[in-house]
Amino acid sequence: MEKVISAKLYFTVWAILMCLTAATAALSYVNMGALSPVVALLIATVKGSLVVLFFMHAKYIDVKTTVLVIVAGFFWLSILLLMTMTDYITRAWS
Amino acid sequence: MATASAITAEREHYLNADYGFRSWLLTTDHKRIALLYLITITFFFFVGGFFALLIRLELLTPQGDLVQADTYNKLFSMHGQVMIFFFLLPAVPAVLGNFLVPMMIGAKDLAFPRINLLSWYLFIIGGGLMLYTMLTGGVDTGWTFYVPLSTAYLGTHVVLAAVSIFIAGFSSILTGLNFIVTIHRMRAPGMTWGRMPLFLWSNYATSIIQVLGTPVLAITLALVGLERMFHLGVFNPQLGGDPLLFQHLFWFYSHPAVYIMILPGMGVVSEIIPCFSRKRVFGYEFVALASIGIAVLGFLVWAHHMFVAGISVYSAMVFSFFSYLVAVPSAIKVFNWTATMYKGKIYYSTPMLYAMGFIGLFTMGGMTGLFLASLGVDVHVTDTYFIVAHFHYIMVGGMVMAYLAGMHFWWPKITGRMYPESWGKLAAMTIFIGFNLTFFPQFILGWTGMPRRYHAYTPEFQVLNVLSTAGSTVLAVGYLLPMVYFLWSLRYGKEAGDNPWGAAGLEWKTASPPPTYNFEETPVVTWEAYNYDDLPKEVPVVG
Repeated sequence: MEKVISAKLYFTVWAILMCLTAATAALSYVNMGALSPVVALLIATVKGSLVVLFFMHAKYIDVKTTVLVIVAGFFWLSILLLMTMTDYITRAWS
Repeated sequence: MATASAITAEREHYLNADYGFRSWLLTTDHKRIALLYLITITFFFFVGGFFALLIRLELLTPQGDLVQADTYNKLFSMHGQVMIFFFLLPAVPAVLGNFLVPMMIGAKDLAFPRINLLSWYLFIIGGGLMLYTMLTGGVDTGWTFYVPLSTAYLGTHVVLAAVSIFIAGFSSILTGLNFIVTIHRMRAPGMTWGRMPLFLWSNYATSIIQVLGTPVLAITLALVGLERMFHLGVFNPQLGGDPLLFQHLFWFYSHPAVYIMILPGMGVVSEIIPCFSRKRVFGYEFVALASIGIAVLGFLVWAHHMFVAGISVYSAMVFSFFSYLVAVPSAIKVFNWTATMYKGKIYYSTPMLYAMGFIGLFTMGGMTGLFLASLGVDVHVTDTYFIVAHFHYIMVGGMVMAYLAGMHFWWPKITGRMYPESWGKLAAMTIFIGFNLTFFPQFILGWTGMPRRYHAYTPEFQVLNVLSTAGSTVLAVGYLLPMVYFLWSLRYGKEAGDNPWGAAGLEWKTASPPPTYNFEETPVVTWEAYNYDDLPKEVPVVG
């Protein structure tokens, strides 16, 4: 059976997400050079992980097929990123 | 016969279980939802077909006389968007898949019947918005929404069209999700993965693509809309964006979308060929796994749409390699269907004619696809009519033939009535001839250099264009014929009986039309799929 999660936890996660969004917006005004996209993506990754773990209940499941679905989703995302990068990192003209 | 009629008239089934608009618009019965989809996509098919005829009529002469460039741009854009997003993508999964997936696995309905109805409503909202877009001036981005054209230069309803496709995309995701869960969780006792009909394997593979690919399109179109309205600078180079990023994201979905369209069609053909050859399908496991192979490899080939767009040549080589590779599972299927027919007792009934047409036309579409996987040849033919001919051989010659094959094969199950076989055969022949007359000249046109997406052309291309336009009128007649005799058969067609083709699937073991919950009692499967060796060699109903 799926674990029942308290509303308090949901609101806490939501508050953290809002804070991280504010942090992303604030940091966009700070010039960190090449680090800017890295920091923004890092925050986005943390936010995405929070959504998957708490709002999508991935933290509380032990059904193998659900785990498989999550792994497959990330595998497909890695296809998108890696295959796109084969273009970006080997362009002669950029 | 009179007794049989009386029994059918009295028996309750999904069509007469309830009456009135409300019973249809609030239904959660997968079979009724399939019919709702059937009506909707048939409407859009004729809308898209109308645009196609206008395009062909304009191209009858070299100069722009029927419409000028701006209108022509809108015609081919809306033809593409309507046909792809509102006909081809939902055709087999949402109509035949909805009707058949639960029946083929011996279930009462899909796993989420209400979500199934929701997916139709989303489709209707998306389709309504697309109609509104068309009626208030249209859109002229092509079906591909390429940036920065769509985000910075055009004054047409780009955002509205993108939103309509965004919404219809969620309908597609929900259908895919429903099929995956249903096939995993609701198979009847004994219906193992190894006994599943190949139609289900194909739809399962399709569903994987729908669930994993469609969100990327949704995000990409959302970014196009946001960039157009708020000048985000994701894609527009003037704002620091990268237009090739759009193409990467767009084709990451839109090439696999080709497989969303063709895989279910392959599933239909895999049902029909064994039935009318009276043989078990040759190499069942290979055909089944080829579907999964296509779904996975189909995600690794997208940049072959971008070979001339300025991507890295090293990257292009990788994508070229995978584009060749994805032909392997498709070829496995074609060879196995052919081997199934070898030494079979073949009946040339209407569904079989369509299925054989599919094999021939899909093979031509697939083989010319290999031309385009080749880096050098692709440069020569990119943006010519060769491309138009190639993908119409896959989409229309392949997919629409398969869809019609399926409609003819399962029409007796859906309605309980037979269509007139001789008219069916005539329509199949007309469509095959009309199709080739329309699109084969386009291969030659493209190869000799006629570019696509222009309303005018140089006079030396006229003869082939006249042939193509003539073919399109034959094709239009061919498509109208089934509309007429299917409707005729609803009232005047002979009663079909439960299994007029002597077919092997579970869906044929229940009444035609089926009862609301498909089976009187849950079936127990103890046999392999396509056990035609154990069934009579004669097809009960032969035209």
